[in-house]
Amino acid sequence: MTRVLEVGNLRVSFPARDGRRFFPVDGVSFTLDRGETLALVGESGCGKSLTSLALLQLVPASGRVEPGSTIRLGDTDVLSLKGEALRHIRGRRIGMIFQDPMTSLNPVFTVGDQIAEGVRAHLPVSRGEARERARTLLQEVGIPDPAGRLDAYPHQLSGGMRQRVMIAIALAAEPEILVADEPTTALDVTVQAQILEVLDQLRRARGMAVLLITHDLGIVAGRADRVSVMYAGQIVEEAPTPELFAHPSHPYTQGLFASVPRISGPVNRLTPIGGTVPAPTAWPTGCRFRPRCPQAFEKCQLPPELLPVGPDHRMRCWLAEGRPFRD
Amino acid sequence: MRIIGEALQTVWETPRGRAGVMFLGFLVLLALFGPLALPDPARQFDLDELAAVSPSVDHPFGTDQLSRDVLSRVVSGARISLAVAALAVALSVTLGAGVGLIAGYWGGAVDALLMRLVDGALAIPRLFLLMLVLVVPDRVPLLALVLMIGTTGWFATSRLVRAEVLRLREETFVQAAEALGASRRRIILRHLLVNAAGPLLVAATLGVGDVILLESGLSFLGLGVQPPTPSWGGMILDGRAAIEAAPWISIFPGVAIVLTVLATSLVGDALRDAFDPRGA
Repeated sequence: MTRVLEVGNLRVSFPARDGRRFFPVDGVSFTLDRGETLALVGESGCGKSLTSLALLQLVPASGRVEPGSTIRLGDTDVLSLKGEALRHIRGRRIGMIFQDPMTSLNPVFTVGDQIAEGVRAHLPVSRGEARERARTLLQEVGIPDPAGRLDAYPHQLSGGMRQRVMIAIALAAEPEILVADEPTTALDVTVQAQILEVLDQLRRARGMAVLLITHDLGIVAGRADRVSVMYAGQIVEEAPTPELFAHPSHPYTQGLFASVPRISGPVNRLTPIGGTVPAPTAWPTGCRFRPRCPQAFEKCQLPPELLPVGPDHRMRCWLAEGRPFRD
Repeated sequence: MRIIGEALQTVWETPRGRAGVMFLGFLVLLALFGPLALPDPARQFDLDELAAVSPSVDHPFGTDQLSRDVLSRVVSGARISLAVAALAVALSVTLGAGVGLIAGYWGGAVDALLMRLVDGALAIPRLFLLMLVLVVPDRVPLLALVLMIGTTGWFATSRLVRAEVLRLREETFVQAAEALGASRRRIILRHLLVNAAGPLLVAATLGVGDVILLESGLSFLGLGVQPPTPSWGGMILDGRAAIEAAPWISIFPGVAIVLTVLATSLVGDALRDAFDPRGA
């Protein structure tokens, strides 16, 4: 496996009103191999979108990536890049699609224009060639009558079609990595499945790595090779997808599963996780899930490390210490 | 630029918008080609008796005290007024868009500095400022007049563009363009400026009316377009002395000013409605 992305101890901070800094992303590490899909799962406000923005140095102006964080893209140290060098990473090596396809396209240009813009931002091709590439890309993302749709404006397309166009734009310069930030949240369920299928096909065909950011465990199963669960700015559990679904171990992950309705099995009431996600200005000390955790005990006042619980399976919870390692 | 095309279509479809567009179109054609068919505006018809003659078949708008054809002078005045307005508005829209884009895009100290300067400039009454400057030299060349009006007219436009840019910067498509490696220049011109083009066009249209009024006012005060070059404001000044005996000398250029400004307002308002997302 070729490693394409390595994120180490990523911390992103913002200034608080009182002059101190707070850390919505606080020590996130993960890797991504060629052709692999990693899902980053968590509730709103857990720092997953900010993590993805940091990959391209797109953190909002008042925030900063803390020294000590590393983002290695192949041989490139992304955090040392500036200006033009940074621009050559964006879109060219990491493509990105956003949650809301209704607002992520420029309303005043045709979709063909916008895909061609992505092509020409990075590749030395003529207008005609860019347009031809745009047509091919529309075909690849499964838009019927791609030649005819080149001259369509975003408002003439449905949400699903627009998200396909967004994918085509993100793929225009053939990036090695595609970051999909909640790509299907704004779409109907049936369209969701289609979009995920398109992403999967493109990943296989191009050997691309996909970072799939979502709050929905349901779309992770069968799509992602590995899952990292985020809570309060940290990864709290990481495992290959089948392992995680078979043995969710962190109390937070277990809580997430318990709050998702199941189609098979006995009919039970859903069990929501008590309390709410703390604000990033006030992460609890010790284990950050402690105030909401049904299994908390004294040691949870100390911050836990990621501890092994099974093959390639680790969690940020002291309960792992008392448990035998499954293999 | 589809939205602009569609907005113009919508303007054409409203009665007031169509009336305004038709009048302005007629005026532009008249300014361009009218002088070819009319007598020289400087020609004095009756050199023996220099006197104003009331409207007749030969002189539909009459003649002025120097026996010059008022119709010729109104048409030539249209040429001057429209040219001054178009150039001055082009200048102020460019300046306003540039400053607004810079302030809105860079933000922070640049934004604060530029906007405080604009606040200061907006606090100075424009007419007094222009009078103060224009009263100094003996003769003001037409180009200098255009420059003066253009460089004092962009403050409100820059605020408008800045507000649009601040709104657009939060739009996902701008973020998406950044994430896909669009250059700063592309983001500013393609994603910010083009999307702000609607309000800018409305401001420019209404600005034409403002400038025509301003120029007429200055010319009436003897500070704008200098005689013998015909201008509407200057003609009203010329006719002022004979307002009771020969009112036509002042009335026709006055009517021209009113109709032109009214037409730009009609078009500007119709444009504003056309760009209004609430679809008024």
